[in-house]
Amino acid sequence: MKLTIEEVEHIAHLARLNLTDEEKSLYREQLSKILEYAARLQEVDTSDIAPTSSVLPLRSRLRDDQPHPGLSRDELFSNTADAEANQFRVPPVLE
Amino acid sequence: MDELTDLPLNDLVSGLRAGEFSSRELTQAFLDRVERFEPWIHAFICLVPEAALAQADQADEKLARWRKNADTPLPQLLGVPIAIKDVLTVAGLPCTCGSKILEGFVPPYNATTVDRLLKAGVIVLGKTNMDEFAMGSSTENSAYGVTHNPWNLKRVAGGSSGGSAAAVAARMAPLALGTDTGGSVRQPASFCGVTGLKPTYGRVSRYGLVAYGSSLDVVGALGRTAEEVARLFPIFSGHDPKDATTVEVSSPEITFKGVESIKGLRIGVPDEYFVGGIQNDVEEAVKEAISVLASHGAETRNIRLPHTEFAVPVYYLIAPAEASANLARYDGVRYGPRKRAEDIWDVFRNTRGELFGSEVKRRIMLGTYALSAGYYEAYYGQAQKVRTLIKRDFEQAFEQVDVIAAPVAPTTAFRIGEHIDDPLSMYLEDVFTLPANLAGVPGLAFPVGFDRQGLPIGMQLMGPRFREEVLFQTAVVYQQLTDWHLHKPPLPQ
Repeated sequence: MKLTIEEVEHIAHLARLNLTDEEKSLYREQLSKILEYAARLQEVDTSDIAPTSSVLPLRSRLRDDQPHPGLSRDELFSNTADAEANQFRVPPVLE
Repeated sequence: MDELTDLPLNDLVSGLRAGEFSSRELTQAFLDRVERFEPWIHAFICLVPEAALAQADQADEKLARWRKNADTPLPQLLGVPIAIKDVLTVAGLPCTCGSKILEGFVPPYNATTVDRLLKAGVIVLGKTNMDEFAMGSSTENSAYGVTHNPWNLKRVAGGSSGGSAAAVAARMAPLALGTDTGGSVRQPASFCGVTGLKPTYGRVSRYGLVAYGSSLDVVGALGRTAEEVARLFPIFSGHDPKDATTVEVSSPEITFKGVESIKGLRIGVPDEYFVGGIQNDVEEAVKEAISVLASHGAETRNIRLPHTEFAVPVYYLIAPAEASANLARYDGVRYGPRKRAEDIWDVFRNTRGELFGSEVKRRIMLGTYALSAGYYEAYYGQAQKVRTLIKRDFEQAFEQVDVIAAPVAPTTAFRIGEHIDDPLSMYLEDVFTLPANLAGVPGLAFPVGFDRQGLPIGMQLMGPRFREEVLFQTAVVYQQLTDWHLHKPPLPQ
């Protein structure tokens, strides 16, 4: 089973990655090969096995809701490429 | 001043306290070696010699005051230099993660691990090179150039913490922090002939660690000896309110009891780690190391970890799936450079497409695919179930043995460029390190010999969750009985 270029483009779209044509054909080959290797997992009988998403027992941990100092506004905006009036500025999201 | 950089950590701490040398002299001695060897090795992405010396001067003032009045407690590692992998934040120092997408990013806060070490008095020399976002096994995926192995400059240092391992091996830093998601501390430690710990998942805070595979990522440490890493470990580990996945298990100082303490220690030797594809010299050195421990009273037992062969496909679905979600945050809006476009979606697509490196994009694609509609159950879902079986293998093994001994990697350091065009062949290099991450158990890698080309060979001890102490005690005994950890790489003069 080999991925099609359309499938590669669909994944790139989902991941918001702009790929060149060369990258698309390279990833088509490489991802197909990796997925083919991963297909050996289908051999394993896991019908009675629960999935592990974390090795820790999952539980909510709550802390007291007490105010404490956080990062300043200047620190938060110190790394952005574009900000104005304490807001991140980007092209319009909705027209 | 080269002799200062050869001293073990205990002698550095006692020498500083006794005033035999100052923290400035010590820091300068390591910086001198950085200046000499960094052009060949390229272990660092960022160096801060002036800040380090200023920090050292402050440490010297504190030490001078303490010598006049020893009643005041002194931070444990006051004045000792360290290198930090560039995936951990140090407030005010650039943090690139080896990526162009974080070029120029200066985090305003410290990772908890870094913060704890700074409170213990360490001097930060700089940030070490790594595979971009810790995705790689060779440090060839760094956007800032490859790290060369100090034992052979044509060879990789391993990865992703290749810069940290090379810096320690070349005596450019006595200690370093690294991170291990699928072997990224242990494998470079093995390739560079140093000692490296991957702690139990949940024992070390990930706050300020740039996320890759959140159910696998753990901060670890590298030094030349197990005793040094053991001294560092209780300082940077332990529960952190800022990371809800840290467990409230105390991390006491680790005590060492001498060679006779390994009498009766049950060492498991898994058949699945001595299979076809393993380099002969590696197999022989690891078996010899196990027999050294056995000849001093440890009991060896053959054990089975039957799902080992599935660790590569399980890891290379789960880690990329988690990465595809974690790396969604890099969109050029809040940090890092931004590629301009008229449309917001093009800003995202162009910034990510142009600034992520090829391995990172490959893993984001792989993870996105594994999580996408129609494939989720077959890939990600099945991988999580087989992960349960891998975890269970370890639980069953640790009912019979105290530790498991195995090679860290099937080969010694490979040539730069050897695997770069074939990602799957690179992934297969991780076969022996991935299971510990998937099971969340600790692993300690340390040198046990050299192959016929003079490249270091590493062995790892894996233990039950939260039992790092046993790994350290066993490795310290081994290092009392052997001198592999004392060999120095033949660097150009």
